[in-house]
Amino acid sequence: MPLTENDVRWVEAPKLGFWDQLYLPAMVDGLKTTLGHMFSKKITEQYPEQEPTLPPNYRGVHRLNRDEAGRVKCVACYMCATACPAHCIDIIAAPAPAEWKDREKYPETFVIDELRCIYCGMCEEACPVDAIELTSLYDLTGASREEMVFDKEKLLSVFDQTTKTDPVRSRAGKLGAASEPPPQ
Amino acid sequence: MPEFDLTHALILIVAVMGAGLGLVAYLTLGERKVSAWIQDRVGPNRVGPFGLLQPLADGGKFFLKEEVIPAHVDRIFYVLAPAVGVMTALLALAVVPVGGATPPPDPQPTVAAFDQAQADYRGQFKLVIAPGLDVGVLYVFALGSLAVYGVILAGWSANNKYSLLGALRSSAQIISYEIPLGMAVLGVFLIVGSLNLERIAAWQETHVWWLVFFQPLAALLFMVSAYAEGSRLPFDLPEAEQELVGGFHTEYSSMKLGLLLMTEFIHLITAGFMMSILFLGGWSLFGLESLATDPTVAAVVKAAILIGKMLLYCVFALVVRWTIPRFRFDQLMNLAWKVMIPLGLANVVCVVFALQLGAPLWVLTAASAGLFLGAGVIAVRAAGSITNPKRAVRKLPPGMPAGVGYAGR
Repeated sequence: MPLTENDVRWVEAPKLGFWDQLYLPAMVDGLKTTLGHMFSKKITEQYPEQEPTLPPNYRGVHRLNRDEAGRVKCVACYMCATACPAHCIDIIAAPAPAEWKDREKYPETFVIDELRCIYCGMCEEACPVDAIELTSLYDLTGASREEMVFDKEKLLSVFDQTTKTDPVRSRAGKLGAASEPPPQ
Repeated sequence: MPEFDLTHALILIVAVMGAGLGLVAYLTLGERKVSAWIQDRVGPNRVGPFGLLQPLADGGKFFLKEEVIPAHVDRIFYVLAPAVGVMTALLALAVVPVGGATPPPDPQPTVAAFDQAQADYRGQFKLVIAPGLDVGVLYVFALGSLAVYGVILAGWSANNKYSLLGALRSSAQIISYEIPLGMAVLGVFLIVGSLNLERIAAWQETHVWWLVFFQPLAALLFMVSAYAEGSRLPFDLPEAEQELVGGFHTEYSSMKLGLLLMTEFIHLITAGFMMSILFLGGWSLFGLESLATDPTVAAVVKAAILIGKMLLYCVFALVVRWTIPRFRFDQLMNLAWKVMIPLGLANVVCVVFALQLGAPLWVLTAASAGLFLGAGVIAVRAAGSITNPKRAVRKLPPGMPAGVGYAGR
């Protein structure tokens, strides 16, 4: 059924008053805003002289945490590799050294392809022993694709470099409940 | 008639052109910095201290880029258009008195006195490339009219529908706003009695008050028309909208585009000089500039005052750019023909009456204010506004199909 006239609503622009028709008072108002901004504090951040302030849970480069005895915390349970949506974590597990009594396995190799990673943090959320964490390092560069595939030593070195700036977000030194042997 | 000294003229030409083009380069930096400050940003600050070497980088880019002449353009006009634009813009700087200049002497009662006055005038060094040109302002306006050729040739030669339309719109805008530009200055001529820029500046120096106090409406008309002539916001529709589609400088790149962009800034500088000399008192600062007694120092002080006023005008243009939304093309044309030309005419009539009846010049200030407010009163009674007229909508009977045209009404 076609539209009729009483379905149509005519909208008029508001009538301008005397001061609006003169146009200059509105212009002066506009100039006040513009000039006010011109002489106010600027919000530009001069990178790289000023680094940005990152939020507390910023997701940057990964690291493997060490416990208080200096051993790698990871127990090679494969939870992070399973959780990773980009399949960038490669672990080869091996029996833990005999003197490490509180765990059964440890990662012989632990490789993360930092270029495949989407920095979602699922691995950090999945880890039961707070072994893998995302730090606040964001300015990651590399000269080749091979250089950006981080192995266990590199990940541990990231830890060694960032303990001061990024404290470990976990119960320090203790393994989580999943890592303890079942009660006898 | 001042003596023509070739070396003086050449030195002045090199100095004025060099300073002018240098100022154009730094105006590009100034535009970016001022725009950034208004937007709470910092602007270019990496290339040199505070970004001061940025124009060199931009200039270097224009020089080093490959000069492309597309195959489908009209070659002669394509290359000629930016040249015409820059040439007319730079020629206008020939009559601008950059520093304090004495006007040519008036007629004297005896022949001996006349010869003496002429000899004195001939001996003085004036900071103008073409001193004593009695049609100074007319020369500048004539060159402004010739500048339209640059725009039209650029759009025509590009062999591109959108460029052509952009060029036609731009030229229509420039030609329309030349009329209020001239009319605004008619009042100034009638009051001072001469078209010579040096005489106008000297008049304002002797009568302490600047002409903007006696002719505020004319100064406003002049400023708005000068912005429209230079296609600055809020009148930059030919540049802005068509930039998305075309515009008269679509097909240009490298130095030819650089020349077209330079033309715009040179027009801004010339308009700044014109405004400073015609309305803002030239090199006079209510008597402060005569405090310096040494002639060289006085010349430098006067030049500094004039250039300072011109720079204030340019900075104001840069600020206004971010203050007002753009005019639509029909609003733009309505503003020129329906608002500014009647106001300009009425202003000239007021000046003529005031001068004929021997009234003090303050009457003109009151008359300008009265005209401005009267225009507002007339505009209030218009449907919509004068620049944006609306037709009254006649409602049809409710049962009719909607949108029926005139035949049904």
